[in-house]
Amino acid sequence: MTAEKDTLQRGPDGKLRHFLTVEGLDRAFLELIMDTADSFASVTEQTVKKVPLLRGKTIVNLFFETSTRTRTTFELAAKRLSADVLNVNIETSATTKGESLLDTIRNIEAMHVDMFVVRHAQSGAAHFIARHVAPHISVINAGDGRHAHPTQAMLDVYTIRKHKGDFHRLKVAIVGDILHSRVARSEIAALKILGAEEIRVVGPRTLIPADIQSLGVTVFHDLAEGLRGVDVVIMLRLQRERMTGAFIPSEHEYYASFGLTEGRLEQAAPDVMVMHPGPINRGVEIDSKVADGERSVILQQVSHGIAIRMAVMSMAMHHQGAGGVA
Amino acid sequence: MTLKLKIRGGRVIDPAQGVDEVTDLFIADGVVQALGQAPDGFTPNRCLEAQGCVVTPGFVDLSARLREPGLEHKATIRSESLAAIAGGVTTLVIPPDTLPVVDTPAVVQWLFDRAKAGGLVRLHPVGALTRGLKGQDLSEMSALKAAGCKAVSNAHHPVANTLVLRRSLEYAASHDLLVIVRPEDPDLKDGGCAHEGPVAARMGLKGIPYAAETVAVAQVLALIEQTGARVHFAQISSARAMRSIWRAQEKGFPVTADVAVHQLHLSEEALEGFDAAYHLSPPLRTREDLEALRVAVKEGVIGSLCSDHQPHEPDAKLDAFPATEPGIAGLETLLPLTLALVREGVMTLPRAIQSLTQSPAEVLGLSAGTLAPGSLADITIFDPEREWILDDSTWRSLGGNTPYWGQTLKGRVMATLLQGQVVFDLNFGEAS
Repeated sequence: MTAEKDTLQRGPDGKLRHFLTVEGLDRAFLELIMDTADSFASVTEQTVKKVPLLRGKTIVNLFFETSTRTRTTFELAAKRLSADVLNVNIETSATTKGESLLDTIRNIEAMHVDMFVVRHAQSGAAHFIARHVAPHISVINAGDGRHAHPTQAMLDVYTIRKHKGDFHRLKVAIVGDILHSRVARSEIAALKILGAEEIRVVGPRTLIPADIQSLGVTVFHDLAEGLRGVDVVIMLRLQRERMTGAFIPSEHEYYASFGLTEGRLEQAAPDVMVMHPGPINRGVEIDSKVADGERSVILQQVSHGIAIRMAVMSMAMHHQGAGGVA
Repeated sequence: MTLKLKIRGGRVIDPAQGVDEVTDLFIADGVVQALGQAPDGFTPNRCLEAQGCVVTPGFVDLSARLREPGLEHKATIRSESLAAIAGGVTTLVIPPDTLPVVDTPAVVQWLFDRAKAGGLVRLHPVGALTRGLKGQDLSEMSALKAAGCKAVSNAHHPVANTLVLRRSLEYAASHDLLVIVRPEDPDLKDGGCAHEGPVAARMGLKGIPYAAETVAVAQVLALIEQTGARVHFAQISSARAMRSIWRAQEKGFPVTADVAVHQLHLSEEALEGFDAAYHLSPPLRTREDLEALRVAVKEGVIGSLCSDHQPHEPDAKLDAFPATEPGIAGLETLLPLTLALVREGVMTLPRAIQSLTQSPAEVLGLSAGTLAPGSLADITIFDPEREWILDDSTWRSLGGNTPYWGQTLKGRVMATLLQGQVVFDLNFGEAS
């Protein structure tokens, strides 16, 4: 979006230094990430699922928030690029004990690592770390608070491209808890950059951020209306702690209003694809028949996540003089 | 030999007297003796040349945190007094949220003693509205008043219980104490760290809605009607809250307001890139709010400008944006940011000076803020055209938390006097 962000993410040569957000990147660059992912997709199908691009490099998965899927796919992607991987899970306990985020970073930096893959509960954490790490270290944002989850967004648009080819005529509905969702924010940014015709966000007012229209989306509070004619439905997970209290009255009422069932999906285009970043709550935001149905690409998203993460990691390491993009 | 001082040839602006003219000022025994003509028999034994400079009453800052007692890792009374006089501020109204809280006469007395021993500035501690700022029990307001407090406040700890708020307003009113309210509904704030608007929506920052401020203002206005309390609204951030205050003033409510001067220059777009220097409480809002607040200051709906000085240690700002502590160290940028408003045509220089002197002094009923003969000679002399770079060599506050670091600012304090004594002198010209 701003020049500042761009100089933080991309070096003077335009090459990726950190991958913090898709905002501020251009269409050609997102296409390049996806093309690079394409070139890695075949690696996963070989008997020896490895390329030596990042041999001798050390990648640290620095997770301040628990995650299974994202961490494992990052780990697998790194290993397939022949990097050494270190998983560091720092529950908030370390910070409550008094070690600051910066101290944690400095300590791991002292172990001579080359890349941080960071997940953190606070929006802006990846930017903060990128601004303070030693110049040779790349930072990949694996999710910061409600702000961004750029590799998830990239694997989602990559999955859409595989099925739909082009973005220009696409109507995409993102359904559920937009307010707390970094995935939604990054998806909106990516779809905007790629030129999607219409992006809708669907959910109760309590779960839609104020002024979200300024991002160029249309807001729907009725699922049937929101789904009418869409080519892609992205369901978001409703987190346990939101299910009660002041956001929604009950899980039951939420499912009744916003749960994706086969019947509701009739509103969408006949060849609609159903996506979900996982983990899914069957019977809360999505019916099992839809999640496991023929229009669901949920498991493809997971596989594509590995190729996208290989692409981003190899591109970010390129400025360090690693083997380069295949 | 008593000091008999002449400040020669400056543009003297004293809105309290309606004075704006190039003239001389005569001071003896720490008191302003005369403007223009020297009193009979007055022979100055020291003369400050103020040609090209503006001579005004020392600034009165309605919200400056000095962090002592208890938060000396952020700043001290000494360090921030030096920052204040470098910024032309001679009277500081300090919120009660120290450790311990200013809720006993002992802490009030300790602060007065420290200020007196320092001899650089006047401090006016604001007493706690509720004991320990906990919002449960009334503080001993009568004792706090006897110790010298002119006002009480719960600072950044809004009283959530409306019954306690009602009782504390009533009790303050019965002791004729002003209540300073930073209006913010804690439930609606809900741990937010940015204005709830397009920027927060995109950046995924937890928003603080307008309603956090407007609901709190409306609640307090209703309780003023009930209790007759005198209330000053501190650091207004939104046009909507300002308009509520305006309507209340038109109806004759005894309410005044101030705004932090940086709120008239910065808006939510500054948060782009997650720079924690822009993490403020109240948050930076929209350009429309900024414009409306500027007009409100010009028109006097918001009478006073303050620095809302909140110095922090470096670590307080070294974390992911939402995890950092809010606030700007603002004492030394108060003047240049105010003068920028004059240059941008928002208001006249006399009105700007009024918002830093007469208006805030009146809010608390202080005798400061004027150069009328007989008043204490707290005086600021500044060069409105002089440029300076905000860096290690010019900055005095222990808090380096300013978004203006490294920038060139216009308007520099040349000398500051407290009770006739020169307490700050930027190599200021002196004639024999």
